[in-house]
Amino acid sequence: MTDALREQALRATLLQRSDLWKAAADRARRLMTGRTDKVSDAVRLVDDYRLLAHDLARARRLMPDSRVRSFLENAYAQAHATLYKQASHPGYALWSLFRDQIPEATRSIRSHIVWVLLLFVAALGAGAWMVHTYPELINLFASPSLIATVERGELWTEGLLNVVPSSVLSLQILTNNIVVSLFAYCAGFLFGLGTFYIVGLNGLMLGAVFAFTAQHGLDDDLFRFIVAHGCVELSVMVLSGAAGAAVGEALIRPTTPRRSQSFQQAALRTGKVLIACVVLLIGCGFIEGYISPDPSYPMWTRVVVGVGYWLFMVAMLRGWVFGRSRGTEAVEA
Amino acid sequence: MSGRGPTTLEAPREDAGFAVDSATGVDVSLPVAGPGARSFAFIIDWHIRVVLFIAWFVVAALVYNGSWNLALPGEPTAGWFGLVVFPGTLIYFLYHPVLEIAMRGRTPGKRMAGVRLVTRQGAVPTIPAHLIRNVFRLIDSVPVCYALGLVMVTLTKDHVRIGDLAAGTLLVYERREHEGALEHVNPAVIGKRLDVSTAELVEELLQRWQTLDASVRQRLGRTLLARIEGVTPESISLSESALRKRLAELARGSAE
Repeated sequence: MTDALREQALRATLLQRSDLWKAAADRARRLMTGRTDKVSDAVRLVDDYRLLAHDLARARRLMPDSRVRSFLENAYAQAHATLYKQASHPGYALWSLFRDQIPEATRSIRSHIVWVLLLFVAALGAGAWMVHTYPELINLFASPSLIATVERGELWTEGLLNVVPSSVLSLQILTNNIVVSLFAYCAGFLFGLGTFYIVGLNGLMLGAVFAFTAQHGLDDDLFRFIVAHGCVELSVMVLSGAAGAAVGEALIRPTTPRRSQSFQQAALRTGKVLIACVVLLIGCGFIEGYISPDPSYPMWTRVVVGVGYWLFMVAMLRGWVFGRSRGTEAVEA
Repeated sequence: MSGRGPTTLEAPREDAGFAVDSATGVDVSLPVAGPGARSFAFIIDWHIRVVLFIAWFVVAALVYNGSWNLALPGEPTAGWFGLVVFPGTLIYFLYHPVLEIAMRGRTPGKRMAGVRLVTRQGAVPTIPAHLIRNVFRLIDSVPVCYALGLVMVTLTKDHVRIGDLAAGTLLVYERREHEGALEHVNPAVIGKRLDVSTAELVEELLQRWQTLDASVRQRLGRTLLARIEGVTPESISLSESALRKRLAELARGSAE
């Protein structure tokens, strides 16, 4: 038998199995789209996968430019994707995320949290010192209208609720805070420098504004305004900055042979912390919209809300809110 | 790049795609979508988002005002913000993550462009991967019009933007050329007069015979028959109906 005849015979033999391929492709599609959850179908798919791999390898050699090969490529890719698809348990995955994965991710960036906190505090001190020593530098950090308001002896937050309803204010604030927090994280892509600038700038601004209000005797009023929401809001800024710094470090000092892989691992790991940040900032937005600008709330209430919400944040980041206790084994979603 | 529908008589070309290792040792080949397909999908999605946002705004504003009036209130009110502005903004900003999760890596724009998202293992991305990919739009979209993302897509080997790098995802073409592929093949004729590729071409030409221009189908038919018979197309002097009948006989395996 010549080679040509032998190959023709092999092609014909291969094509006799086309009904099996169609059945395999159909089964993979049904399993992928959830139109069947039969165990027998899942077991058959494992056999289908081997059958398709075997026949695809032969088709690639015997009929490389044919649409039969395209069919097999597609069926094989679909079977592969179906086999390697993770089981979907949304409720369990969410519980596992808050109970185990976010605490693990937070723990993994502990050193970054410390460094970003130090950066923030240093920037805050630097901003306060600059404006205290050179008062005209406040023009670098605050808008002319804010400066004029403070120079009149008023805080810009006074009468805020007369202009904007609490609900609108809350939504505006939480949206803005979430965007800033996400940006501080994403900017970590620039080898951590973006995060460094955003956290540093926020620290400088806060320190400068505090020093400026202190020069006009309004620092107590500003503290009174900030304390209820600021404890968590500033902590979240540090937290998202730390997550961004971890992403930056993964690019500077990759933990895998390839930088892109190291970046991906760090982003997927630390990105979970951002989910907690977003949830916490929603709470901050409502506190800042309803409690902070309302003069009827006394100082002790504001402190209790601020400290209480901060403790809640710590409990959430430790997984305690969702039933995790010291020594609890992490579970995979 | 593959990914076009079965509307051509050309044989499918080799994929310049992404190979995923598998347990069987046979790679899964995924044709990677380039900047053009990405931009096309994004522009469609952007228009859908804008239309949805405007539609929500108009309907909600009419409901809020209680009359045929789209005017904004003089001062911001909670009702206006909560009913009109906020849901519309949510539709605009959550369009991509929500639809990509719900449609397993697709959006209407991606579907129209014939592309979908997969992981580097060829699977449907997880929910955290979808979320991370979309968070990084903040960086990909700077300074304007996704300029940074577009530069990344152009420069990187697998045409990925920063969000894809972070989430470990790829945009690949949905294969279409396989659809109906096996119906074009009659195992009985393979190995006799026709090889697989030629049999597919004959079947496809016969299926599309009525939709083609008369001169085109005669030219294609003669070219194909000449290839099978091993003669020149000019030497075939069959009429159109005889040409079609001859090709049909070859496809059925009844021709000598």
